[in-house]
Amino acid sequence: MGNIIEINDLHFRYEPTGEEEAPPEVLKGIDLSIKEGEFVAVLGHNGSGKSTLAKHLNAILLPTTGSVIVDGIDTADEEKLFELRQRAGMVFQNPDNQIVSSIVEEDVAFALENLGVPYEEMRRRVDESLKAVKMYKYRLHSPAQLSGGQKQRVAIAGIIAMQPKCIILDEPTAMLDPSGRKEVMATIKRMNREQGITVVLITHYMDEAAQSDRVVVMDSGKIVMDDKPEKVFSQVDLMKKLRLDVPQVTELAWELKKAGYDISPEIISEDECVEAIIRLMSEE
Amino acid sequence: MLRDITIGQYFPGNSIIHRLDPRFKIVITVLYIVMLFAGGTYIALAMGAVYTVIAIALSRIKPKMFVKSIKPIMPFLVITAVINLLLISSGEVLWQWKFLKITSGGINTSVFMIIRIVLLIAGTSLLTYTTSPITLTDAIERLLSPLKKLKFPVHELAMMMSIALRFIPTLIEETDKIMSAQKARGAEIDTGSFMTRARNLVSILVPLFISSFRRADELATAMECRCYNGGAGRTRLRQLKSSVRDYIALFVTIAFLAGAIILSKIFA
Repeated sequence: MGNIIEINDLHFRYEPTGEEEAPPEVLKGIDLSIKEGEFVAVLGHNGSGKSTLAKHLNAILLPTTGSVIVDGIDTADEEKLFELRQRAGMVFQNPDNQIVSSIVEEDVAFALENLGVPYEEMRRRVDESLKAVKMYKYRLHSPAQLSGGQKQRVAIAGIIAMQPKCIILDEPTAMLDPSGRKEVMATIKRMNREQGITVVLITHYMDEAAQSDRVVVMDSGKIVMDDKPEKVFSQVDLMKKLRLDVPQVTELAWELKKAGYDISPEIISEDECVEAIIRLMSEE
Repeated sequence: MLRDITIGQYFPGNSIIHRLDPRFKIVITVLYIVMLFAGGTYIALAMGAVYTVIAIALSRIKPKMFVKSIKPIMPFLVITAVINLLLISSGEVLWQWKFLKITSGGINTSVFMIIRIVLLIAGTSLLTYTTSPITLTDAIERLLSPLKKLKFPVHELAMMMSIALRFIPTLIEETDKIMSAQKARGAEIDTGSFMTRARNLVSILVPLFISSFRRADELATAMECRCYNGGAGRTRLRQLKSSVRDYIALFVTIAFLAGAIILSKIFA
């Protein structure tokens, strides 16, 4: 399968305001390609440029130099702006600030209304999207009656109604409680698996990144690691130097290995960890 | 405490009045107001009263709610009545004290005005009681759409109204949070003299405004990401359909209006 996102030598700085000196570069030369259908997590501590990078993927920000190509469309091409935004949908952190309508199903329809989709088609796509995020029975509710996780699922439904090839989620679970986070992560994974939608998940939760196909780690405007989650997390020292955590189980395995036990450092899920420890104990 | 505030006071229901097309309901309400003002006789008011009572009965909303809707305008009613009572000097003089006098004409006009205003409030309340604010906004947008030709920003106004409605609960919740936060730091909001409380209100309004601007900015970005491009070429999920029912309601209203005007002319 081809690449859906191609980023070449992307540099970005905000426009200088007034007579100040030019502000520092936020992104300092990013090269990244993402394959169709991939689930990529982008990690980095605050100020690493991960959100800025996300905003380049559907032309909220445009590169200072370099280029971003999404599904064959250059994000700098103003004429294809709406086509681009339809193919690469974006979900933000605060669910309250991205829901436009006072009725769930109308909010999901918002993008389709803007695109001028005819009524029958719109009705069908709204219902399908709401069913896909398991919010169909709430379709006539007001967003104010929903929990954070439910609102975020409504926001995701509003994006998948556009039938995008790619969804970019900018810390979608940062404001949710643990059960809301689980709901949203399950929804994201299902979109990726069942509908083949490419997912770019910006997050600072390691356990979420561990569920992806590929982890990109950013630090001060550059990509410093780009590999499978188990490979990235097994480099515990480097992650700590970047002020990032690793999943608890990975850290446990790492500590055990340091203490002289024969255990793989590439453990990222609880099940793997349990198995490895049982094996260790039976060997003793 | 703030959470209990309702705006527009919509009472969900499934009565025949609830199910009327909101566009017709607005037009009918306008005709109803015309009926109250065009007749100018007690006969016209009596017909208005009959019409209102029937409509309220059909809406299956408790009559108590309509009494409630009149309460806030009581001071206004009293002032109007007193001014009419004292300033109109037609007819027989019934009571006089220095330059103040009450005449039969004054009493007549005062009573007439009170009945007219009470009917006006009760009838228009019926519109907001049986139509959700969002449907009402939608209907206004469609009724005003001919004004688009005159470059009047109909869609923009409706969008602003519906976003305002969407954010009322969110901002109320936020105000609650800010109030608690400021109280925790010792701000006197519920206690102290009127001036202290007024001054302390600033400590709630400033954070509320700042966060609203941030919300507005984020919402605008989110709307752009969903291809929002103004009103041109938009389709709608919510379809308004008029049926025979709506035309019958309109016809009945027109009949009442005509009746009120004709009867007023005959008996005037």
